[in-house]
Amino acid sequence: MLVVPLLSFIAVLFVVPIATMLWKGIYDAEVADLLPATTRSLALWSDEGKLPPAASLAALADDLRTLDRSGRVAELSFRMNRKRHGFRDLIERSAIRLRDEGTKLEDIDSRWSDPVSWQVLKQATEVITPDHLLNALDLDRMPDGSINRQDEGRRIYLRLLGRTILVAAIVTCICVVLGYPFAHILAAAKGKRRTVLLFVVLLPFWTSLLVRTTAWIVLLQRQGVINELLVSAGIIADRHRFALIYNFSGTIITMVYVLLPFFVLPLQAVMRGIPGQYVKAAASLGGSPIRVFQRIYLPMTMPGVAAGASLVFILSLGYYVTPALVGGRTGQLISNQIAFHIQSSLNWGLAAALGTILLALVAAMCLLLSRFAGQGRITP
Amino acid sequence: MSASRFLCATSVAILSACLSSVQAADALTIVSYGGQYTASQQKAQYEPFTRQSGVEIKSVDYNGGLAELVAQVRSGSVSWDVIDVEMQDLERGCADGLFERIDIGELPAGADGTAAREDFLPGSVHPCGVGSVVWSNVIAINDEAFTDSRKPQTVEDFFDLKSFPGKRGLPKRPNALLEWALMADGIEPAAVYQALSTPQGLDRAFRKLDTIKEESVFWETGAQMIQLLVDGEVAMSSAYNGRIQRAISDDGKPLRILWDRQIWNADYYAIVRGTHDKDAANRFVRFATGTEALAAQARLIAYGPVRRSAEALIDPVIAARLPTAKANLRNALAFDAKWWMEHGDAVNERYAAWLAQ
Repeated sequence: MLVVPLLSFIAVLFVVPIATMLWKGIYDAEVADLLPATTRSLALWSDEGKLPPAASLAALADDLRTLDRSGRVAELSFRMNRKRHGFRDLIERSAIRLRDEGTKLEDIDSRWSDPVSWQVLKQATEVITPDHLLNALDLDRMPDGSINRQDEGRRIYLRLLGRTILVAAIVTCICVVLGYPFAHILAAAKGKRRTVLLFVVLLPFWTSLLVRTTAWIVLLQRQGVINELLVSAGIIADRHRFALIYNFSGTIITMVYVLLPFFVLPLQAVMRGIPGQYVKAAASLGGSPIRVFQRIYLPMTMPGVAAGASLVFILSLGYYVTPALVGGRTGQLISNQIAFHIQSSLNWGLAAALGTILLALVAAMCLLLSRFAGQGRITP
Repeated sequence: MSASRFLCATSVAILSACLSSVQAADALTIVSYGGQYTASQQKAQYEPFTRQSGVEIKSVDYNGGLAELVAQVRSGSVSWDVIDVEMQDLERGCADGLFERIDIGELPAGADGTAAREDFLPGSVHPCGVGSVVWSNVIAINDEAFTDSRKPQTVEDFFDLKSFPGKRGLPKRPNALLEWALMADGIEPAAVYQALSTPQGLDRAFRKLDTIKEESVFWETGAQMIQLLVDGEVAMSSAYNGRIQRAISDDGKPLRILWDRQIWNADYYAIVRGTHDKDAANRFVRFATGTEALAAQARLIAYGPVRRSAEALIDPVIAARLPTAKANLRNALAFDAKWWMEHGDAVNERYAAWLAQ
């Protein structure tokens, strides 16, 4: 009974939004709602080598007249143009010409006499559609139903997805290398020393992410602190300042900084739980320090490493603010495109499909990592 | 039993409280971009309107884009009444049925008696909104980055890395940028959109952008753009005239605007479909786009009024800094929101792919 508030909280704020997103990626009734008669009529048309029956043409003409009277033609033409370039012009011209009584669609534009146009229209009226998911994978469904890769110039999401995974992997590796020794020192420290070290790890959480990212801009830019120091020390020439920010390296540096505590904290908790006697016992039995570390200490800390690393990796996959601010051109990640389609292009179906793919990726990574770390010992 | 009765009673009480607060609120909620821009609207338009009509105005900030508005209109819980949108969003929102229709015949004549139809700049009255200010995409330079006597003057110079070395600032969206690329490649402003509509023209624009790609820093927001210029991270950048002008006149920064082939754009007041008080919203839009209100705003911020009659009321020194000044409009291009609506999806995708490569 006492868990009801928590359960309903999770249902409302976690399950419902994610389910809605997954649903939006495959369900799109906008065109079907705008063209109800056409949708019903085309659903019955199966012989796609030929034109649909005259009833379908009449249904579309009726639907277009209805839309024209309520001033909603643009809603349709905009959506159809997204599906196939050139449809905006076709639909708007048709709607205007249909104002004359007795005009027939096939007399307005020869494209209405082409079965391909009707195949495109039929696909657009399908309420459950694979189009958004295909587009999110740089694929395109042709009018005849076959699936092709997008034109070279429009392939973008797989590349960004690949880059997102690469960035997450690099950030995780750097966090492991930097964070492991520090976590060990932190776990071994006692008293005041421990308080100070813990304070250092937690300090960044007291400041907003935006402020900290901006601080890195001050440090890393061409006229920034690091470059100024190197130039004034005579190490590099004024003309050869390092491009540390507004590119791939800017994204990596800033993300490592932001995510390092997420690796250190779980790891040091695990390290503190390892009794010191084990290491001492191994050493007393004649193990060299390296061997003791390899055989005793490292394996015992692995659950902590796996927990911290998977936390960092998964957080990296969805990173948005940092790449937007310091990523420039080459440091953009998939989440930046999702934001673009939500806010600017209003293509929520595509945004949802991209989100679905990201979610699947995270789920796969979780499974993989838990298997790698063994017997479900970690719960990221 | 008593618990459920209690719940029932409370929910009824809460509901009626909500309803009555909705009915009681005759304030108009007006949504705009915030910062000094909204401040100029408040002084020049909101406050005088409240004094004149007694209708209170609640000002809300947003970041542009239509996502929030779409969510409101589609869910049927509209809390915004009037929104300040840029041309492209007006066009798209209009197509999506997010705005109420506006009749140009109902707009008042200018203060000098010019009929609204002649007084407004062409294109600044739309079936879904009425223009308020003209702002502009310009190229801005940091004067300190060019120590020689010869400084960049034209769009061609922006693409000329040999004569004018230095980093370039480019937006992460292709709006206005593709137009400049073609103009720098020798296409007349009047022929730009026609050329961009062909695959060859689009390829040509991207080839021109290729020439400065490696020397460019890409910005996301106007604030970032100003920071890059002021910090000297870029020598010149694609920019918005209002922000640059403010950095020059308020903060004394060594920046300069090249008006050569500026691409002007406008902001519009649009009435949200489903507004709780269409009549008051209508009265506000008519008031705020009147001669006096527009002139008052132009005195506060470096955006030009869309009414010709308002320009006559502005100090000539200020008027010369506006996108609407004659000298600045000499070879200007009007941003074509219709073109972007038609081609935006494909072009944005291609630009994003170009950026990622």
